[in-house]
Amino acid sequence: MRRTRTLAGLGIATVALLALTACNSGTPSDPGGDAGGDDSSGSSTPWTVAKDVKLDGSPTFDAMKERDGVVIGVKEDQPGLGYLDVTTGERTGFDVDIARWIAASLGFDEKQIEFKPIASANREQSIVNGDIDYYVGTYSINDKRKEQIDFAGPYFITGQGLLVAKDAPEADKLEDFNGKTVCSATGSTPIQNIKANFPEIKTQEYDLYSACVEDLISGKVDAVTTDQAILIGYAAQYPDDVKVTGGLFTEERYGVGLPKGDDALRAHINTLFTDGGDIWQQIFDNNLGDSGIKVEQPAVDAY
Amino acid sequence: MDVIFGNLDLWSEALTNTLMVFVFGGIIALVLGIIVGAMRVSPVPIARAVGTVYVNLVRNTPLTLVFFFFVFGYPQLGLPDMSNTVLGILAIGIYTATYVAEVLRAGINTVPVGQAEAARAIGLPFGQVMTLIIMPQAFRSVVPPMMSVFIALLKNTTVAAGFAISELAALRATINDAPGRPGNPMEVLLWVAVVFVALVLLMSWGQRTLENKWRIAR
Repeated sequence: MRRTRTLAGLGIATVALLALTACNSGTPSDPGGDAGGDDSSGSSTPWTVAKDVKLDGSPTFDAMKERDGVVIGVKEDQPGLGYLDVTTGERTGFDVDIARWIAASLGFDEKQIEFKPIASANREQSIVNGDIDYYVGTYSINDKRKEQIDFAGPYFITGQGLLVAKDAPEADKLEDFNGKTVCSATGSTPIQNIKANFPEIKTQEYDLYSACVEDLISGKVDAVTTDQAILIGYAAQYPDDVKVTGGLFTEERYGVGLPKGDDALRAHINTLFTDGGDIWQQIFDNNLGDSGIKVEQPAVDAY
Repeated sequence: MDVIFGNLDLWSEALTNTLMVFVFGGIIALVLGIIVGAMRVSPVPIARAVGTVYVNLVRNTPLTLVFFFFVFGYPQLGLPDMSNTVLGILAIGIYTATYVAEVLRAGINTVPVGQAEAARAIGLPFGQVMTLIIMPQAFRSVVPPMMSVFIALLKNTTVAAGFAISELAALRATINDAPGRPGNPMEVLLWVAVVFVALVLLMSWGQRTLENKWRIAR
């Protein structure tokens, strides 16, 4: 009797598991479908999917072809740049659209894209390990990173800015925060800048900028610092709690992170950015146009 | 070796923070664990109930969530401000206390009932039965599992890295991206592992010593 009951229990569990798995395999296509519906309603996809793309000598592209899809590393907690709406499962943002544009130029449509959220601190390693084909997510080009990976672009130029509480006084230099606590992502360029050049500022580091913003709103830190483009997104999301203040303290050039040595793919993306015409501007206007910042597409630095 | 000597300042900061979370978290866990362990075997029904609820609630919550509650939830309660390190120590201490309590309870169960009965027969109240008769014997029999709990505590300190506590596990990201700092993430992780193995070996040695010293002939 007891034995039968155990068996029955196991059976139920198995069925439940199978049902869950079935649901699971069905879900990923849904957000894609939604996004597709949205795209056709507006002009949110100024690019077209290329056909019969050939790219000789690119191991990354060969891998994409083989699995008939592309895996892109992105951020999903940065409104306006790389954002995942958890209720609809829809990804939006400037970086995400740039990533889609690149995928389209390689001959992959929305359904063949798999987005992977990767925290700032793990970006190089994911590219080196081959977990993703390329990374588009507020990724500053710098020499230390170039030792491990390659960059295409830049496709966007911004600089280190400051986000403070809505009722905080305006601050136009980092020295204003001597003795106070400033938060940013672990290992990010802005936090390195502060540690190296402003030893009197206390720092706090999380994996995600959203955790910093959380701490800023609850008053545990005095400012969040990172690239102004990211901060503008948060200021738009929490207009009653936080605001962007001051100017730009550095120049950050966003690039597309690629596996080291894949020169063919890098050249392809650089050409895409150079010859893209109005597409870049359209992507910018769709995602960040309302923010009021005016930006020109930067010239590609094909090193 | 560049990865160590070129970043000595970062390593010492990280090691200090790891040890701080471990030591202070361990003290909280031990003190609270002994209290809760005693509550779970006490003759007072309310104490037993509180102990049971605490152990089952906290022990079944993933450590990351406990951390999350302390680091992000606590500041919204309007209580006095605390640094993330202090909050992290509280989180890990309160979490580990449940394991300490359960290990102790198991130890208490190994003490023959006759011991407690004899103690009560000569008129000792519960407090003295516990502190003079039961706990000393229970402690001796739980040295190995208790040390396992503390080894787990040591390794659990790495969870703190995700909550703005710059301990050993957070080093990888910091060294990897800082301009001019030698070392890549894999080297850093390898050395972090070596440090943890060394610390655990040290604790295992402590366990051996205690076992030999406290051995009881039964």
